[in-house]
Amino acid sequence: MNVAAAAGLEAKVRDARERLDAHVREMVAWHFGPDTGSPFWLERAERLDFDPRREIRGYDDLALLGHFEDEWLRGGPIRRWVPKGLAGRPLYVFETGGSTGLPKSRVNVEDFQTDYELFSETLSDETFPRGADWLMLGPTGPRRLRLAIEHLAQHRGGVAFHVDLDPRWVNRLIKAGKLGELELYKEHTVDQGLKILRAHDSVRCLFTTPKLLEALCEKVSLAKAGIRGIFCGGTEMNAQFHRFAREELVPGIDFVPTYGNTLMGLACCKPFDGDYTITYYPPAPRAIFELVDPADPERRVDYGETGRVMLTTLTREFFMPRFLERDEGERAAPTDLYPWDGVSNLRLLGQLESSVVVGVY
Amino acid sequence: MLHIPLLRAGEPYRSLATRTLAAVRDGEPVAEVSQANPGLVARDLARSREGQARLAARSVTELVEVCRRAAEHLGGSELPVGDEGQSPGRYLEQVSATTGLPRALARANLDKACFVLREMETVLGGLTRGLDPEILDRGWGVQDGRMISYRRETPVLGAVLPNNSPGVHSLWLPAIPLKVTLALRPGGQEPWTPYRIAQAFLAAGCPPEAFGFYPSDHAAAAELLQRCGRSMLYGDEATVAPWRADPRVQLHGPGWSKVVLGPDAAADWPAHLPLLAESVAANGGRSCTNASGVWTASRGRELALGLAAELAKIEARPLDDPQARLAAFPTVEAARRLSAYLDERLLVPGAEDLTARFREDRVAVVDGCGFVLPTVVYCSDPDHPLARAEFLFPFVSVVDAPAGELVARLGSSLVVTALTADEGLLGELVSAPHVERLNLGPVPTPRVAWDQPHEGNLFELLYRQRSLQAVEQPPAAARTAGAAAG
Repeated sequence: MNVAAAAGLEAKVRDARERLDAHVREMVAWHFGPDTGSPFWLERAERLDFDPRREIRGYDDLALLGHFEDEWLRGGPIRRWVPKGLAGRPLYVFETGGSTGLPKSRVNVEDFQTDYELFSETLSDETFPRGADWLMLGPTGPRRLRLAIEHLAQHRGGVAFHVDLDPRWVNRLIKAGKLGELELYKEHTVDQGLKILRAHDSVRCLFTTPKLLEALCEKVSLAKAGIRGIFCGGTEMNAQFHRFAREELVPGIDFVPTYGNTLMGLACCKPFDGDYTITYYPPAPRAIFELVDPADPERRVDYGETGRVMLTTLTREFFMPRFLERDEGERAAPTDLYPWDGVSNLRLLGQLESSVVVGVY
Repeated sequence: MLHIPLLRAGEPYRSLATRTLAAVRDGEPVAEVSQANPGLVARDLARSREGQARLAARSVTELVEVCRRAAEHLGGSELPVGDEGQSPGRYLEQVSATTGLPRALARANLDKACFVLREMETVLGGLTRGLDPEILDRGWGVQDGRMISYRRETPVLGAVLPNNSPGVHSLWLPAIPLKVTLALRPGGQEPWTPYRIAQAFLAAGCPPEAFGFYPSDHAAAAELLQRCGRSMLYGDEATVAPWRADPRVQLHGPGWSKVVLGPDAAADWPAHLPLLAESVAANGGRSCTNASGVWTASRGRELALGLAAELAKIEARPLDDPQARLAAFPTVEAARRLSAYLDERLLVPGAEDLTARFREDRVAVVDGCGFVLPTVVYCSDPDHPLARAEFLFPFVSVVDAPAGELVARLGSSLVVTALTADEGLLGELVSAPHVERLNLGPVPTPRVAWDQPHEGNLFELLYRQRSLQAVEQPPAAARTAGAAAG
């Protein structure tokens, strides 16, 4: 990078940081405001020995609030999460996980639509043509994803066709060692996807998971079926899968890896430039990744160093400061397109790997 | 650092996902191993028929000749491993470094694989019970006046392989002359042997499509088992359990092999001491054919004490010591953990560690490596938790059980060596459904006759006899000529 470009990037990073700090102040004012905040945060503020609206002047000051615990999201009362400022708006509830114990729930008004509209701006109009229809072959049910993909399709002028897929059932089959039934379920899912592709010539865009993409490609050439762009999500995606997809599964089709979850929104992958490493950037300032030392979460790791993902979500609907994710990766440097920190080679935290079933659908 | 690639239809493929292989002794990285993603395995297996056709174009006799040449390369040539050359000596160093098997034992295992390749004709004769190889080439034929036909059950044999001993790789070698290609998923610590065997075959002129080599995690291993028409799976109980009901998968779980002494032989135990010691401790006690139990109609404690004195002579030595007979554990800590586990089980009344009196500690640390020393436990209670235990080191439980109950109480056993002339006992053993291989008389449990099928017959896994009736028909040309004349 030449000097001018470096200076340009530096300025962008500085601007982004100022925007983030301003956004933090705005969100703190909202969530801790007696007329706008949610019962959860207002109650919590009462037990603090400081006023967050005075003390939290930027992102770094969020440390004063400690770490958000996902246990808080299990069970009710669900309305304690609804900011007073949004009272009366129609609510969605989205769940995450749930293969063991109570699922985590998050209320939504229109965050998921905003997140996917922002993501839409990063898609190419050539490979995800406006007006084209979508096939959504991935987890449905109480997850955000089903409605989010539908909204993405609508936002781009198309419709989304759906196939039901229950990942909790998949997890149960795996835990019970019922691999034959797992195959049957996969086949059942893929067959329905194929029927949609055959019946509707207008489908050009696909959302699916790595496993289902593999299964689909065994049965059909997606390029011949008219697919131009694939939006693929899942933590099990790594550089090798990315390369395998581009080189062998779907050559010639635009392949866009993404990392999304109900608690954050949707992180975009650094555009493909010949390097298959997957680096995700969060939709700042709505969400921020920080890579921290797993043994000491107060220490941010250096660029290139491995750390645990600490996620902060800052929207009017949801305030989640400094949540320690179950994922790890290498801290990635800001780019012109995303002048803030990202994460490379995202994967399950080493210490958790044995206890979590992942990447199964 | 040395990089071990995948092999896709025999061609090296460098994956972007890798795993570092470390030495047991000091934890230093030895190699980086490419890891296959499940979809890649599935994609290759979907094309296995093409590869099989290349292999099947050769006759069994030609392929036996390929095996003979491969034996020479395996035992004597420098073969490629990644971008480097690998002499047999370098191979022994590498396999020993990452698995903890002493080089001397690794050498013995290599010799075994070479022997099987060299003697493939005899091995095939044993597996097929003397079938004329041409019948396999053609698919049918007449032997001993009978019409015989076999159909191949799969174009590709999947093998999910273990780390414990390179000797296990001898078991899938006959697949090649039986014209079935291979999809190998090596154990995490032991990519060396299957990779080298594949290279030896390639050097011997085997069609490269015969070899898929896929180091990977469990997900890709499951993919392989799901996709191959027939597979062999090595692993502990937990690994093999989900596949128990799948007739396509031949399971190689724990061996629980045993020596049985009948009432007529129990008093003669001193004469059998060398056989007992070899059965327990050969190959570092790491094979599924190593005896983990000695079941006797009487005199168990006395026998156990004698065997303990014998096995206690085996010392831990550095892995490159030609006299080394014990394999190192992956870490010193792992050796200590296993020993502590044994101590905990020994607290249950009815069992006693008779080797304890010959040493201070069951764990030895030599040259940075952790070893668990040979251990003989006497069980006065045949239902003691250690009575049917098996571990990856020379461990044996000597169990007293009444002659009438001996066979019924053995439990699942891969190999039983029966030391008895008692007709009743022999009859029970011969008809016991839980006994796989049976040695009558003083044959150490790990000793294998290569004309006998081992742990299930590979030929029977890969081929199925079909009923075939053929009515002699005149050749097509003759029929046409006849029609013209008429």
